[in-house]
Order: sequence, then C-alpha cells, then structure tokens
Amino acid sequence: MEQKTNGLMGWIDARYPATKTWEKHLAKYYAPKNFNFWYFFGSLAFMVLVIQILSGVFLAMFYKPDTALAFQSVEMGIMRDVEWGWLIRYFHSTGASAFFIVVYLHMFRALLYGSYKKPRELIWIFGVLIFLALMAEGFMGYLLPWGQMSFWGAQVIINLVSAIPFVGDDLSIWVRGDFVIGDATLNRFFSLHIVAIPLILIGLIFAHIVALHEVGSNNPDGVEIKKNKDENGIPLDGIAFHPYYSVKDIVGVIVFLMLFASVVFFAPEMFGYFLEHANFEPANPLKTPEHIAPVWYFTPFYSVLRAVPSIAGSAFPGVIAMGAAIVVLFFLPWLDRNPVKSIRYRASWYKILVGLFVVAFIILGILGTMAPTEGRTLLARICTFYYFAFFLLMPIYTKMEVNKPVPERVTMK
Amino acid sequence: MSADAVNNSKRRLLVAATSVVGAVGAGFVAVPFVKSWKPSAKALAAGAPVIADISKLEEGQMITVAWRGKPVYVLKRTADNLKVLESDLDKLADPASEGSKQPEYCKNNARSYDEHKAVCVMEGVCTHLGCAPKYVPDLNNPFAGSLGGDWKGGFFCPCHGSIYDLSGRVRQSMPAPKNLPIPPYMFKSDTVILIGQDGGKA
Repeated sequence: MEQKTNGLMGWIDARYPATKTWEKHLAKYYAPKNFNFWYFFGSLAFMVLVIQILSGVFLAMFYKPDTALAFQSVEMGIMRDVEWGWLIRYFHSTGASAFFIVVYLHMFRALLYGSYKKPRELIWIFGVLIFLALMAEGFMGYLLPWGQMSFWGAQVIINLVSAIPFVGDDLSIWVRGDFVIGDATLNRFFSLHIVAIPLILIGLIFAHIVALHEVGSNNPDGVEIKKNKDENGIPLDGIAFHPYYSVKDIVGVIVFLMLFASVVFFAPEMFGYFLEHANFEPANPLKTPEHIAPVWYFTPFYSVLRAVPSIAGSAFPGVIAMGAAIVVLFFLPWLDRNPVKSIRYRASWYKILVGLFVVAFIILGILGTMAPTEGRTLLARICTFYYFAFFLLMPIYTKMEVNKPVPERVTMK
Repeated sequence: MSADAVNNSKRRLLVAATSVVGAVGAGFVAVPFVKSWKPSAKALAAGAPVIADISKLEEGQMITVAWRGKPVYVLKRTADNLKVLESDLDKLADPASEGSKQPEYCKNNARSYDEHKAVCVMEGVCTHLGCAPKYVPDLNNPFAGSLGGDWKGGFFCPCHGSIYDLSGRVRQSMPAPKNLPIPPYMFKSDTVILIGQDGGKA
C-alpha cells in the first residue's frame, strides 16, 4: 500500500516517515463520505487554536504581567501605541469566544450522532479533557488585562476554592500566592496561560486525533464504514481526507473567517459579551462592580453554581454541583445504553429530550449573565435539575427507546 | 542457571523497586514546585499580624489600623453602648452573627472577647461592595438624615447606605447582607492588640 518514493523524498523517507505519515493521516485516511454541516467544527477548532497561538505569541511581546503595569500595557500599549496591536488583541479576544462556540457545537455534534460510543470513548474523554483545559485557559487569560471584571471574576472563582471544607482557606491562599489576588496571582496565571496550559492542550489534541485516526470518524448515520470494504481494504463509504475533506473544510474556514472578521472589525466587544464593559476600568480591589458576571462561555456552569442553595452558609454544595456538571460528561459513553449511535434512528422522544437539553443549557447560559432574582433562581434550578436528569437517567430511558432500522451503508441525506 | 536464561521474578522486583524509588524521588522534587506557590516572604511580611496600641483609646473613640491592605477598626465602647448591643436586636438582620464571619470567641452580642467586652475589632469593609463604613457615634454628622432620630451609635456606609450597629451587625433590609467581618486577633496585654493572629482561646 505504501508508495515508494525517489529523489529527495526518497532520501527523506528512508530517514523519516514523511510520506508514510502524509498518507496515513491525510491522503489515504478514509473518512465517511456523508459528513454534513456539523463536521466542520473539528477542523475549525484546530484553526482557532492556530489563531490563538499566533496572536498570543505576539501579545506576550507587549504585555506586562505586573499589577502596576498590566492594564496600561493592554489598554494603552497594545490597544493604542503598538502598531496594529488592537487588531492582534481583538483576534485573540474574539478567538477565545470563537473557540468556545466552535467547541460547544463540536460537542453537540458528538451528542447528536453518538460519536462518544464504542469504540470512540477515549476520543470523547480526551475531548472533555480538552474542554476542561480550555476553560482553565480562558479563566486565567481573562485575569491578564487586569480590569475590574478580570479581578472580581477571579475573586469569585478563587473564593469557590475557599468553600472547600477544612483545606479551602489554605488552598485559596496557595492558589493566589497571597492573601489577596495580587501580583503573585497575575504572574502565575500569565505563566500558566502562555506556557503550561497551551502545552497540555496541544498534547491532548494530539491524543484526541491519534485516537480518532485509530478508529476512524463516526458519521451522521452512525454506521461503521470499516465494516464494508472493497478488495483493496478501502471502506466503500470512505473518501480520502485529502483532497476531499481538506477542500470541503476550506469552505467552512472561509465562512467562519467571514463571521470572525465581522466581529473583530465591527463588534469586538460583542455588546459586552466577549469583552465585558467593566473590564475597561482598571482592577480596584476596594471597589466591587455592581454586577459580576463571568464571560458568556462559563455562564451555564456559573448558573448551576448559583442554583444550588448554600448549606449552613457554605457555598460548597454549589461548587460540587458545578464540578459534577462537567464530570458527568466523562461518563456519557457509559450512561447512554442505546446501541444505536445516530439520533436519526433513535426514538423521536429522545430527540425532544435532546432539544430540551439544549434549551436548558442555553437558558442556564443566559441566566448566568444576569443578576439573580427569585424567579430566575427558580428557573435556573429547574434547568439544572433537567441538565442532571438528562444525563443521570440515561441508563434507564435509553433502554426503553424503540429504535428505527439502521441502514447497512451510509445514506447521503 | 545458564548465562542467557532470564530470571523474570528478579527482573520484576528490580523494576518495581526502581519505580518506587523513582516515584518517591519525583514526589520529593515536586515539593519545591508546590511550595513555590505559597505566599512569598514579601507577601507574608505584608500580611503579617499588626499591633494596635489602645492605651490612649478613650471610650467612644475608634482607631483604624491597616492589615493585609484592609482597614481594621478598633472601637472602644461605653457601658451604655454595650447595654444597647444586648437589647436592640429586633432591627438586626443577623443578631447572633450566624451567617457572618468572625472567630468563635467573638460570636456574641458585643462581638468581642468576654474579658475585653468594650473593645471591638472589625474589618472596615462593607459586606455589600467593599466600601469603608463611617463610624457615627451620634447625630452630630452629615449623615444624620439617614439614621433616624433614635440613633444610638453605629456605622453608616456612605456608598449605598447600609447601617451597622456598634458591633458591626447590619440592620435588616440593607444592601449589605452580612455583619462586618472580624479578623482573628488577640490581646498581648490589656492595651496592646495583635491583629491577624489568634490567641488560641475558644
């Protein structure tokens, strides 16, 4: 199957698996031919990563991780003094939100088509770990501009650590490196944000793709294409990733970049959702903003945190619930007992459950941006309850589903 | 035993022993990295306990001491004040300080040590949005209009109007949800207070 190469490539191939890797992962990597819209988001996530690394490397050249200088170095230095600094900064800030939009859609695709099911459990687990690393990256990155919301957002989140019984106070001092969020905190968050977590992210993404290329992609029909191969061992329903999907993905990239550029140039703050208004004021530890809300991509989980009432004055149950809302994702491959992967061939009422899940998640996200009132807290509780019920009752209800017949081969619907 | 025969159990033992030693070594090496995250000597010095000398503090007077970047109020109350703290509980949101932050030894109406009842130490940080409440012993001040005619002394937050009593306990239906926090502190002598460190007395 491997092609013999001559000349320069032959010389290289005798010493390094260049052609072999190219073929294994691109030119002769066969992906199902029936990918639809939802399959753009994996490659888009990778492209956003590249945007973030490129813009991040340049921002780090002008940023100063010092509480006395940080705000100035962003708002004065990068935004006004550095040539094109504003553009690089808006690439990075818009890229952060874009990363989460793309990753949420990518995860939703997995939910729709059962991409987390056997034999792709590890791909899913690596994926959830990437999601976690991304949240850590976003959280730490948001402290760096040292604006009011940077400071108070971090204050709220680090105070969650203090809610842990017995060790909480010492642990939060350890995380901050001081009794208050200060220079020590800013400096270590900077280091983690630009070195440690990006390295972890890249490692996890590598593992995610290695696992994917071992078992092959799922598809909207949830049919294993490797079951039907031609005489050369090539899946009948597979097409080579390159050039077919590399070219298709370019279409996705172009549409994505059109939207991305629209935000960067016309609404970089996205009406206070990508860059919150309070963050244009330098951090002031003596003045709390009227309303503290995390950036939009954390708000669904922040809502879960607030929805759980504190017990005996301790916010710990809420912290547990917020953590559980993410940890439960790891177990998804084993919670869902239905052998059918794609939602296309599952019970119609399951589609309604998934639809309601999306509604609950979005409502939680919206509520997380707003100050709590009694009515909103009740709504957040209902949505939180549904969020957990959707996952935790899966072992029961997925067994009761009456599935539709799954086709032998992929369809081109 | 011939030269090329492999003794697998010996090999496993050596691999296991080497792994354990290696893991222990890795554990020890992790210590400096983990500890480097603790507050530095500079941060510790800035957060160290501070001494407040109250030998010249008269009844009804208050001094402010800075501790960990926060103002800490040291207030010496009169015998009349203390009576009010025991009796006027109906307007307070949390008279027993159940939901507020203070050391166990200050969880009483005077929010102070029993043997130094008159002296109250509290963080001057409004529990609403972190402003510094003003000490208003009587109505001879610009905020009198907000305090009501039967004012018996307390604290008034000029930012959003939260009212606290002379123990730093907040009134009902105020923007501030909790009583003023009380830091750990101890009496070095009758006139010297160490703020930021417990006496270990429960």
